[in-house]
Parts: sequence; structure tokens; C-alpha cells
Amino acid sequence: MTDAPRRILVCIKRVVDYNVRVRVDNERTGVVTDGVKMSVNPFDEIALEEALRIRERGDADEVVVCAVGSSDWQQQLRTGLAMGADRAVLVETGTSLEPLAVAQTLHAVVQREAPMLVLLGKQAIDGDNNQTGQMLAALWGRPQATFASSIVLSGESARVEREVDAGLEVLDVDLPAVVTTDLRLNEPRYVKLPEILKAKRKPLDVVPLGELGVDAGRRFRVVRVEEPPRRGRGIQVDTAEQLVAALDEKGVL
Amino acid sequence: MARVLIVAEHDGSSVLQSTAKCVACAAQMEPEAVDVVVFAGDPDSAARLGGQAAGIEGVTRVLAIADPANAHAVAAVLAPQIVDTAREYSHVLGPSTTFGKDLMPRVAALLGVGQISDIMAVEAPYRFRRPAYAGNVIETVECEPDGMLVGTVRAASYRPSPAASSPAPIEQRETSADLPRHTLFVELKAQQADRPDLQTASRVVAGGRAFGSAENFALVEQLAEKLGAAVGASRAAVDAGYASNDLQVGQTGKVIAPDLYVALGISGAIQHLTGIKDARTIVAVNRDPEAPIFEIADIGLVADVFEAVPALIAALEQRRR
Ligand SMILES: Cc1cc2nc3c(=O)[nH]c(=O)nc-3n(C[C@H](O)[C@H](O)[C@H](O)COP(=O)(O)OP(=O)(O)OC[C@H]3O[C@@H](n4cnc5c(N)ncnc54)[C@H](O)[C@@H]3O)c2cc1C
Ligand SMILES: Nc1ncnc2c1ncn2[C@@H]1O[C@H](COP(=O)(O)O)[C@@H](O)[C@H]1O
Repeated sequence: MTDAPRRILVCIKRVVDYNVRVRVDNERTGVVTDGVKMSVNPFDEIALEEALRIRERGDADEVVVCAVGSSDWQQQLRTGLAMGADRAVLVETGTSLEPLAVAQTLHAVVQREAPMLVLLGKQAIDGDNNQTGQMLAALWGRPQATFASSIVLSGESARVEREVDAGLEVLDVDLPAVVTTDLRLNEPRYVKLPEILKAKRKPLDVVPLGELGVDAGRRFRVVRVEEPPRRGRGIQVDTAEQLVAALDEKGVL
Repeated sequence: MARVLIVAEHDGSSVLQSTAKCVACAAQMEPEAVDVVVFAGDPDSAARLGGQAAGIEGVTRVLAIADPANAHAVAAVLAPQIVDTAREYSHVLGPSTTFGKDLMPRVAALLGVGQISDIMAVEAPYRFRRPAYAGNVIETVECEPDGMLVGTVRAASYRPSPAASSPAPIEQRETSADLPRHTLFVELKAQQADRPDLQTASRVVAGGRAFGSAENFALVEQLAEKLGAAVGASRAAVDAGYASNDLQVGQTGKVIAPDLYVALGISGAIQHLTGIKDARTIVAVNRDPEAPIFEIADIGLVADVFEAVPALIAALEQRRR
């Protein structure tokens, strides 16, 4: 054992709020984000909540929130600080990065911060990629436990319960490790006003992406974005008997 | 020309349908070869599971890799073995199930290549359609046709490739990769399996917050029983403990494409709807005529579930006679 602080790194993405109904932009290559409410990705809020609970139990000393994005993203990092993170790191970049480049960038941050645990959301609700945590774990050569619904630290390892298609899978992973969060891990706390004010004085480091030596080139090109065909409203029936008759008519029974 | 490697998903005794769906997706890539790699804990299982994979139409060759470390699918253990095998391929595919979602990005990062998640259609070997924003938009994404590409295949978008008339050859391979020991599989707490499987069922009956308790949720199961359907649930119903987590349908649960989906007391949040968009017929029962679920339902019934569900069961029984 060393005396280095037991640190948890939580990765945060700024996304269109989950309540917003997104619209395709005029160029048909993205969605409208102007004037649209932006929030911390819901899974990342869960990741941060978990980190805070681990620290509050005395199993960690410090919680650092990290984002790879434009200067606007400071807003979401401040939200993280207001929730209770100790400090924040923004790796600043003008262009949006693909998951592999984000993972490479986070890997560089991990090298600097030497966390015992890195928590990410299982997926960002904009791209729905569900890649970054697994990629980071691969680059770092460390264990991954994705879709966590329970995390228990004990000494040099963690027992994680994962939500998988067949039920719940239990893994023991050596630390340091990467864990991605599912919805049922916890319910994030609400931020209170005094904390928002306090968060303004907490440290937020800005590191230009160029300083980390990451190749942030894009591999993929989005050539078109469109709305899926809409399912129209069907018929309305008044009774259970009519419903069964309607199903019969459609030949689904 | 595409040379595709597919990572088979199995539960220890059977290769899952998700694998045959990956083969169906690969068939759209003008493939020169479609090989399937099967990982198993011992040579017997490798032969048996390999045999099943070899029986899928469109498979060129099966690579079976037996090693005690492969007894359970641990991403950190499987990924380096896939990387070892992957060099001669242009595309490496896995299913967009929790198995593939966990594993494939780890493979992609070790290979130093990007991943396309949730392929729903192949427009060209390096051009794909995929959903984003909880299925509210469909992106068409392309990349340079030189490097290697990793992808996951959205199961709800594909019908499984049928059985082959003659099986593909099977090659036993050994692992030369250095396998990590930092991750230990402890157990799988599986849910009771006496109902049809949610992901492959042709009919699904799902319940939402309206049921109010696990006891009341039994009504959903009763109707499912009558219809020979699998049971599904909204996130609210799972969070409240009425149904187990593996029954959740939606953006963060399962994306399904049954012939019939019956939504009982589910409001129809976008995160839920994204999981059922490909269902052929959607039926909704909700007491709120303004519930968004009615906007996409083919047949809607404004009613209280506690009255409508027993009445539906009775009407179905009536019909049988
Ligand atoms: C990041 C993220 C991911 C999510 N992923 C998912 C997901 O994968 N799947 C999912 O389902 N949700 C998901 N959600 C949650 C989603 O937004 C909704 O909160 C959830 O789907 C609501 O479940 P519900 O329809 O059962 O409950 P409610 O929205 O509370 O709806 C209950 C419905 O029942 C009706 N009702 C009540 N009583 C009766 C009665 N007696 N008879 C008839 N009708 C009645 C009401 O009119 C209402 O329409 C996600 C949310 C977020 C933020
Ligand atoms: N630009 C980013 N900055 C920080 N964290 C990110 C970024 N992109 C993705 N993540 C993290 O990776 C998780 C999965 O994202 P994705 O792979 O894009 O679905 C998110 O929930 C975040 O925790």
C-alpha cells in the first residue's frame, strides 16, 4: 500500500437533455442543438453519484470529474462539482471526438491522475455508442465491468454486479479498473443552491487536447441524418372484445 | 471484398440466434468469406457449439477455440484472442446484445480501429445505417474502405440466417494470446426461464408503472401466458421491483421486434418506444387517452388495466371455444 490518494475519475459527457425531442438540422447531417437544453449524460450522473457514495463511505479520498469537449462543457463539469466532486479536468477540443479518440484522451488523463477506479456511463444518450469505457479499459490494459448495478470495493478489488441479457452477472475485478454504470446503480442526488455557489470556487483545470498527444482524427463520416419513418396512430377500440376482434382481423392471433 | 469475422454468442449449451442475425448482416457486405469464431471452456463444448455455428447458412468456416479461461464470456479474456484471429479480416462483427456491447469495443480499441454500434442496415461494405438519440434519428455513417472495422449488429433489424443445407468446416484453434487474470467471473444469477425469451419471442406482453406492485404485475404474466407471449416491462416497472431487470424494454433495456407487442399501463416515453419501433403490431391499453403510447399504437384501448386485462383474458378464452 502507498500513501497516494485513492482517487476516482468520473467521465462526463455533455448531451442534449433526455427530455428534449431532437430534430434533424437543415443540412441533414446532425440534430439541432442551438437553444436546446444541454445536460450531463444521465448515466454519468449515476457514475458520479456512485463515486461520491464510495468517498462518503471512506473507500476513496478524492473524486475528479473529467470531460473531453469544448469550453461550453465547463457548465456540466460545474454541475459535477456542485454535486460534490472535488475538482474537474476539461480536455478542451473544438471538434467532437469519436469514442476511440475520447478513450485515448481519457487514457492520457488516467496516466496523469492514476485513479484506482474510473467510472463512466454505459452509454451517452446522443450517439448511443456504448463504447468509450470498454475502449479505455482496453488501452489501459485493465479490467472492465460494464452495465453495473452494484459496486462493492474491498481492498485491492471490486465486486460488480452487471445487468446482462440473461440476468445479473457478478464479476470480481482487480483495481484499478473501469466500471460503466447502468440505470439501477443508484439515484443521483439533487444539487442544492449553496453547493452551486461553492462549486464556483473548486478547481477546474483546462488542458488543451494538443498537449496530450492524441490522434483525434475522425475515422467515420456521417453522410446523412434523418428521422425514422413514423408509425402512424392506428385505430381505437372501446372494449376488450373489440380489441381481440381487431387482432383477429389483422391475423396476429 | 469484405472478409468478415463474427464472434458467436452462446449460453454454454446453444449458439444464440443473435449469431445467425450477424451472419444475415454480413451477407449484405458482399463478403468473400464469413467466418465465425466460437469460444468455449473445453474441446467438447467447442465441437458442439462450433457445429451449431457451422449449421448457419452463409458461414464459410468456423474457428473453435477451447480454453478453460473461455468457460465464461469475460471481455478482457476474449478480446485478445479475437485480436489474434482478426488480422486477416476486414470486418469483425458481434451482436448488439450485452455480450457484444461489452466485448466488441474492447476488441476495436486493441486493434486501434473504430466501431459502428447497432448496425441496422448495410448500404455498402463501408456504409451503414444506425440509430442514435434513442432511435429518434437514423444516421448513415461511412468510413474509408481500407482499414479494419468493428461493428455490432442490431438484432431487431435482422432475421436470423436460416439453417445451411450442408455444414461449414470447423477448425480447432489454440490460443496463443496472453490472457489476463485480473477479472474473475463469479456467478450468473439467471432469472427463471419458464417463459419464452423476450428477445426472440414473436409475442410480448409488457407492463408499466400502472400495476403498482409485483403481485399485481402477475396480471401481465397471465395475459402473456394466454397469448404464449414473453413478458416485458418498462423501466418504471423494473425500478419499482415489479419485474426483473432483464425484462426491461427500451433504449437501455432490450430492443425487440415481435409480431405483437401489448403495452399495458405504459405511458410511451421515447426511451421505451425506441425498444419497440420494429414490432409489427403494437397494442396499447392505458386509462389516459393522451398517453403518447397511443400515437404509435396500431390498436388502442382507453381503459383501466385492472379491468381490461381480465376482460382480455376472458375474451381470448371465449374465442378459443
Ligand atoms: C437515460 C434514460 C434511459 C431510459 N431507458 C428506458 C428504457 O430502456 N425503458 C423504459 O421503459 N424506460 C426508460 N427510461 C425511462 C422512461 O423515460 C420512462 O420514465 C419510463 O418508460 C416510464 O415507465 P412507465 O410508462 O411504466 O411509467 P409512467 O410514465 O409513470 O406511465 C404509467 C402509465 O400508466 C397509466 N396508468 C396508470 N394507472 C393505470 C391503470 N390503472 N390502468 C391503465 N393505465 C394506467 C398512466 O396513464 C401512464 O400513462 C429511461 C430514462 C432515461 C433518462
Ligand atoms: N467527450 C467525452 N468526455 C468525457 N466522457 C465521455 C465523453 N464521451 C463519452 N464519455 C464517457 O463515456 C461514456 C459512454 O459514452 P459512449 O461510448 O459515447 O456511449 C459516457 O457515459 C461518458 O461517461
